Amino acid sequence: MKTIKVFVNGERYTRNIPEHITLLRFIRDELGLIGTKEGCGAGECGACTVTMNGRAVNSCMVLAVEADGARIETVEGETASTKPSKLQELFEEHHAVQCGFCTAGMIMSIKELLKNNPKPSVEEIKQGIEGNLCRCTGYQQIVEAVLDYTGQLESPGELKIVR
Amino acid sequence: MLDELKSDALKVVGKEKKRVDTLDKVTGRTYYTGDIRLPGMLHAKVKRSPHARARIIRIDTSKAEKLDGVRAVVTGEELDIRVGLYVVDKYILARKVVRHFGEAVAAVAADTIEIAQKAVDLIEVEYEPLPAVLDPVVAYGKKAPLVHPELGSYEYVKAVFTPVPGTNIANHTKLRKGEIKKGFAESDFIVEREYTNPSVQHVPMETHVSIARWLAGDQITIWTSAQSPFTVRNLFCYSFKLSHKNVRVIVPNIGGAFGGKAGIHLEPLVAVLSKKAGGRPVRLVATREEEFSMLPCRSALTYRIKTGVTKDGKIAAQKMTMFWDSGAYADYAVNVTRASGYSGAGPYEIPNAWLDAYTMYTNKSFGTAYRGFGHVEFSWGIERHMDLCAQTIKMDPYEFRRRNTLKPGSITLTGEEINRNTGNVTRCLDEAAKAIGYGKLSAKEKARQKRTGMKIGKAVVALHKAPAMPPFTGTVVILRMNEDGTVTANFSLTEVGAGTYTSVAQIIAERLKFPLEKIKVSIDTDTEHDPYDWQTVASKGLLLTGNAGILAAEDLLSKAYEVAGQILRAKTCDLDNDDEKIFVRHHPKHSITFRQIAVGYAYSDGNGIGGPLVGVGRYIAQGLTNIDKETGQGNPALAWTYGAHGLIVEVDSNTGEYNVLKVASVFDVGRAVNPRSVRGQAIGGMIQGLGTAMCEGYIYDKEGRLLNINFTDNKIPTALDVPEEIESIVVETPQIDGPYGARGVGEHSMIAVCAALGNAIQNAVGADISHMPIRQEDVWRALKNKSSIDNFITRCSVGCRR
Repeated sequence: MKTIKVFVNGERYTRNIPEHITLLRFIRDELGLIGTKEGCGAGECGACTVTMNGRAVNSCMVLAVEADGARIETVEGETASTKPSKLQELFEEHHAVQCGFCTAGMIMSIKELLKNNPKPSVEEIKQGIEGNLCRCTGYQQIVEAVLDYTGQLESPGELKIVR
Repeated sequence: MLDELKSDALKVVGKEKKRVDTLDKVTGRTYYTGDIRLPGMLHAKVKRSPHARARIIRIDTSKAEKLDGVRAVVTGEELDIRVGLYVVDKYILARKVVRHFGEAVAAVAADTIEIAQKAVDLIEVEYEPLPAVLDPVVAYGKKAPLVHPELGSYEYVKAVFTPVPGTNIANHTKLRKGEIKKGFAESDFIVEREYTNPSVQHVPMETHVSIARWLAGDQITIWTSAQSPFTVRNLFCYSFKLSHKNVRVIVPNIGGAFGGKAGIHLEPLVAVLSKKAGGRPVRLVATREEEFSMLPCRSALTYRIKTGVTKDGKIAAQKMTMFWDSGAYADYAVNVTRASGYSGAGPYEIPNAWLDAYTMYTNKSFGTAYRGFGHVEFSWGIERHMDLCAQTIKMDPYEFRRRNTLKPGSITLTGEEINRNTGNVTRCLDEAAKAIGYGKLSAKEKARQKRTGMKIGKAVVALHKAPAMPPFTGTVVILRMNEDGTVTANFSLTEVGAGTYTSVAQIIAERLKFPLEKIKVSIDTDTEHDPYDWQTVASKGLLLTGNAGILAAEDLLSKAYEVAGQILRAKTCDLDNDDEKIFVRHHPKHSITFRQIAVGYAYSDGNGIGGPLVGVGRYIAQGLTNIDKETGQGNPALAWTYGAHGLIVEVDSNTGEYNVLKVASVFDVGRAVNPRSVRGQAIGGMIQGLGTAMCEGYIYDKEGRLLNINFTDNKIPTALDVPEEIESIVVETPQIDGPYGARGVGEHSMIAVCAALGNAIQNAVGADISHMPIRQEDVWRALKNKSSIDNFITRCSVGCRR
């Protein structure tokens, strides 16, 4: 067992935990922040992405003890009180969400992308979320949500209707 | 249910709306089964078979049982209970024999996941490996070992399926239409070929999760990631011989399903663990590896097609033989066989048809429902074959398709007559062709070819699918008016991610004349609080539940009008309503608000009338029948959703590398209830289809061990695999019995994408491929006319079957 101190979404937590548990389990089971999901447990799918000291990490690949002293942001930190952030709102508007299981990780990867590159190109957006698997959306509407967020969406994705 | 309403008369239906479920999803507040923590909850782990087929000589659990913190250990020996959807053929844990790699043979529930895993490691199992049957065509042969020697003693749904005892045939679906011999005799060309698909994994981002609590008096509660709570309850009660009132199934949000969560899977195992652990709740979360190997996949298919074609481009006869690789258990594969049997020629008229579809037991992961329900698999063969037929008679493949599409007056394989409201597949093809500039290269495309040195190819394919479901499938919607005049809707689909809850809410709002914001849909499903639905499968939810929603809205309004008529001293036929109030048509100011009557109206002296307003709508599929077991004739199709894809690819003719440049997908949805949702389904399914076209598939070794059980070895598309350009188009030919004319489109986007890719690659560089997936090395091999690597993903030789 080891005592760690972490700052999660701006709040300080001190916990005595087994050394072998991952940051993902710490966030979910110790802190009850269930927004972050486990999709593979092997660093392959990105569902568990959080930012650690500003960098996106697969929280299933980080031991909680390695996060001692770190600043962690999860999807819950993206929402101020009861109001979703602009990025979250645009995810809704563009239907960038279907089942929702990849969404938290997707949003955290995009946060990191935008911090380093406020106006990413389509190709850069795709590279930014390459490590986040989504089986529902086909990614297109996620890319459109990010384009809209960065003021680059020329025309919203359209369903052409023929009668 | 079709109101002949012009689109501009509709206020909510047909409009782009935010989904009712996504605010919680984007903020991380949505809870899934794996997020539930119950007091005293135990954690389960499973011991799995390392063999494809073996006799279990001995299982020793003594060391595991002695481990501190272990609360229950179970093996198959103590569980003489079989479970099954259509054929009751699967023990909860393997007994005496294991039938596939990864099959569960023992399980543990313990205080922590670590203890459970340690206990599983301490369980000793001694096996005697047996020769495994790994190919569905080999399994059909007389000498093949039997996967289920006891097949003759199994219970099964007799009205629909035909297992053949003493063989590996779990079901044989037959279809006979017209006179096949005469049809071939009248043909100018006979075109015959075999096409294959491997098994693939659904890959929901949320793996299967179940929690169960088995309390005294056999009162059982199950929380599970299942698509179909009532079917889980029904099958559970059938196998455990319990009353339905004893079992409660709760399904919160689901992190993707795609058919893989449609049946009953982990629920019985966690339930027996809970029973053995004295009623403490037990949770089992499948690992990704277990998702690949222990839980079901999509069946592999070997499809032989023999087509008689006339010189003028008409199909005169077609003989089709399907060998579906069911794997170790029948699960949904028998019904995939049935449904793809009666649809297996694609959206084309075949005057003389003969089809035999076999569900073959093998010693592999078992097949279940998967988005498209067989149609993705057979469309690979059919749509590749359509191109081959066209080449044979030297006709453009698009034109050849147009000449053979089902049109009003055409008769389907099962004898159903197509009418003008069935949908328009020819129009879908035309729109797809137009969207990709079919048949020629634009100046830009020519310049691109010059720049890259790659060759550009184009193809169009057509598709169809109707819901595969019992002909008597029914559902219910219950609407309750809240005190403030808003409405809460309960129905028992599950929100697997497709957005149906939002579409049904739009339909209800439209009929009530309410804004969508006044409708609250209860998203998690609880068999104790929500009304019955069969399953959330088959793309039937929008049509059936949408219709029930309209009927429930009408019921709610009629009850509200009854009270309002009394208060307003008016006949109900003179009343109308808006989103706030009911009023007298000829004196609109003479009105009563919904708020005043929502839970009962009180006169000024306190005297009350009415009562809480509830609307109930029941809907059952109309006029459908089982198909005849000998001829396949009948009326199984609730609604045909037609579609087409146009695809542009560029291929390097030296290396076989290729890039998909554009996909245009067209579906005749009748009415796009929420265009953004339709587009989401169109693109999401298309990319899933491209995944199976380009790279996905189970690879086994020669002993039947599954080799690629993670995302490194079994890749699915990432954002970088999305084509440069995507176009989504819908045709709206209203469905007479669809809510506001709508029909489902959840699965269709995945169908025939693979063949579009295969045909476009052949169009570009001539590589002729008859197996899926089309890996870039397969294109190279086809170009060099070399046979493919011998594994179970590409057992077929490539490029040499002209």
